[in-house]
Amino acid sequence: MKHLKIVLTLLLVLGLSTPVFFGTTAQAVEPDEVLEDPALEARARELSKDLRCLVCRNESIDESNAELARDLRILLRERLVAGDSDAEAMDFIVDRFGEYVLLRPSANGSNWLLWAAGPMMLLLAVIMAGGYLRGRSNAPRRNESGLSEAEQARLKELLDE
Amino acid sequence: MITELGHFALILAFLIAIVQMVVPLIGAHKRWPGWMAVAEPAAQAQFLFTAFAFGALTWAFVTSDFSLKLVVDNSHSAKPMLYKISGTWGNHEGSMLLWVLIVALFGAVASVFGGGLPPSLKARVLAVQASIGVAFFAFILFTSNPFMRLAVPPFDGQDLNPLLQDPGLAFHPPFLYLGYVGLSMTFSFAIAALIEGRVDAAWGRWVRPWTLAAWVFLTIGIALGSWWAYYELGWGGFWFWDPVENASFMPWILAAALLHSAVVVEKRESLKSWTILLAILAFSFSLVGTFIVRSGLLTSVHAFANDPVRGVFILYILAIFTGGALTLFATRAQSMEAKGVFGVISRESGLVINNVLLAVSCFVVFFGTLWPIIAEMAFDRKLSVGPPFFNAAFTPFMVLLGLVMPVGAMLPWKRGKLGRTAWKLRYVFGLAVALGVAAWALQTGRSALGPVGLFLGSWMVFGAITDLWSHTGRSGLAGRLARMMRLPRADWGKATAHAGLGITFFAIAGLTAWEQEDIRVAYVGQPFDVGAYTLVLEDVGRNRGPNYYATVANVRVTKDGQPVAMMRPEKRDYPVTRMPTTEAAIDYRFLRDLYVVIGDQQNDGGWIMRTYIKPLANWIWGGCLLMALGGLLSLSDRRYRVAAGARKAKIAGVAAE
Repeated sequence: MKHLKIVLTLLLVLGLSTPVFFGTTAQAVEPDEVLEDPALEARARELSKDLRCLVCRNESIDESNAELARDLRILLRERLVAGDSDAEAMDFIVDRFGEYVLLRPSANGSNWLLWAAGPMMLLLAVIMAGGYLRGRSNAPRRNESGLSEAEQARLKELLDE
Repeated sequence: MITELGHFALILAFLIAIVQMVVPLIGAHKRWPGWMAVAEPAAQAQFLFTAFAFGALTWAFVTSDFSLKLVVDNSHSAKPMLYKISGTWGNHEGSMLLWVLIVALFGAVASVFGGGLPPSLKARVLAVQASIGVAFFAFILFTSNPFMRLAVPPFDGQDLNPLLQDPGLAFHPPFLYLGYVGLSMTFSFAIAALIEGRVDAAWGRWVRPWTLAAWVFLTIGIALGSWWAYYELGWGGFWFWDPVENASFMPWILAAALLHSAVVVEKRESLKSWTILLAILAFSFSLVGTFIVRSGLLTSVHAFANDPVRGVFILYILAIFTGGALTLFATRAQSMEAKGVFGVISRESGLVINNVLLAVSCFVVFFGTLWPIIAEMAFDRKLSVGPPFFNAAFTPFMVLLGLVMPVGAMLPWKRGKLGRTAWKLRYVFGLAVALGVAAWALQTGRSALGPVGLFLGSWMVFGAITDLWSHTGRSGLAGRLARMMRLPRADWGKATAHAGLGITFFAIAGLTAWEQEDIRVAYVGQPFDVGAYTLVLEDVGRNRGPNYYATVANVRVTKDGQPVAMMRPEKRDYPVTRMPTTEAAIDYRFLRDLYVVIGDQQNDGGWIMRTYIKPLANWIWGGCLLMALGGLLSLSDRRYRVAAGARKAKIAGVAAE
């Protein structure tokens, strides 16, 4: 395990210094990685969509061609075969690689803000829009010609001529 | 020589832009007609000089002039001509030149076709537009000059990234820039209106075509990029929520919101300050996008030459334009009072809901894109925000939007009854539910995504058709059809774009839910089944392209013994850049795509093969195309063409007094 970690760190350093985007000809999940049990394999595929390939710029290990992503896919499958639940397998990987590896950030700690930002903003926007709409429907009816007072006067003048 | 002339023309254009930024603004303030009139010839000259500079750079690429550093870095003499030309903008410096060319182009177009604008507004619009040009001319000349020479030219170039050597990607950046920069025009109109202190229905009418055009270009540009990803990256992904994708998506969402709120300004003289704010924000997000792409602040798959100096420069541009615009907005927004009065249930309210949902969904994308930086700086957490987050956090707003859209689009202006409008849509609702339930019953043991997508999509598409139909009165079928054909193009545009969005929603849901995938080691001559299809790898050969070597497989596809297609997936190796690419073979059909990719050869002689059945794939881009077409139909509506002439007469009358 420790050996793997050193290799991974090395790869990480190399990977960040040279772009590895599509750098190898291997392509994402390969036939020899696929598990015998289709149910387990399906779980592995779902989970790998939520895990980041650490040497890529913005890809999940499910899409990535990098060697490191392959290692991580195999590691994940090993955990699932060993009988880990989805959560246990993910925790195992997060413990080793940090939460940077999660493409779906957890909602704990300060991250609640990220997840709540949309709904909170919607609430705020609805309240503001509601206030505006109420205001518009109660507003006194005024001229709707779109002309300023000076223009109104000028129009009147022209019409009177 | 041509290169030096191009360089010189670029500097001249920069100086003209400075004049165009300053003189008309003073003229408009002091009411000096001569000073205001400087704007028009300046805008046109600025465009001509920039076009010459761009032409000179293109010429260097076409003739493979390897004394230019940019050409050496991004071209090769053996590259096909199309990619020599597209190589001009397939890099940082050249793409900035294209950007500023489009800024100048829009300015010139506004100076030619803006005959109906009041002189002071026109002078101010062109001055603000020139100020954007000035910022980017300076950026190019001082940090990213494309005309740098090399003292010792090499024999050949280093070639363009092979992934970019593709027709889809050759035209993706120009469309995207036409969109981004089109929003600079609405920005200029917003700032000019703030300086002028006047926003009225006429202003809404002038601004809306520019917004529509920008939105149409952005739609096409984003769709092209997504289509390219689909066929080129080798597994059929079409959207990755990558920071750079988000950077183009946010202006698109805001432009969509803006073109809806501008309708309210135009028809009802309300939502004025909000529309101005949206116009400022939409262009600011274009600048944010440029900043994200060029600064390397966020890691993204879209590798551009990242350079901190350039990042800082763009950050200044962003701060000056956005900060300045928002300050101006804060001091002037109060003077714009709404005139139209309307009930809580009305078309106006429908459009407000549209704006709320679009603005909030844009905020979600923005917040999610920036969160890794915020989390690292404020909370010392190094984390990622990827597609699973955006899919979960963004999709609900789109579902809400889709649910509300058919009703909101059919509500009458000023005051309506929800029940009456909903009643008109009862058949559409029934049909959509029936289709969703049928899909649910036909599929076995899969997610609800497909059926829900079908329900939502058909609700939106048939809702749009009902909207059009409801304008045709109460006569017989033939009369109503004839009347439908004579409806204003704006009505057709609205229905087309709304239906297009529905189709795209359905296609994304259907593709995600019903895709089938097969990964295996295939052996020559041994058939295997994927879904209803039988595939045989017949042989694998080698081939040579203009600047690459290829491994080409022949795959025969049959269904129930009947031939379907002969597919030739390729694996290419570009020796100059030493990059391999996969060229998937795709059998495009109306209801599904068959997508075959060949991988490496295994030790036992077999080949890795990936086969995907992708239902409704074409519908995603078909829907985008319909949205763009809808925008074009609205853009060609009679009232924008007639309005210009009518206003010209009126202004002549005022001037004569």
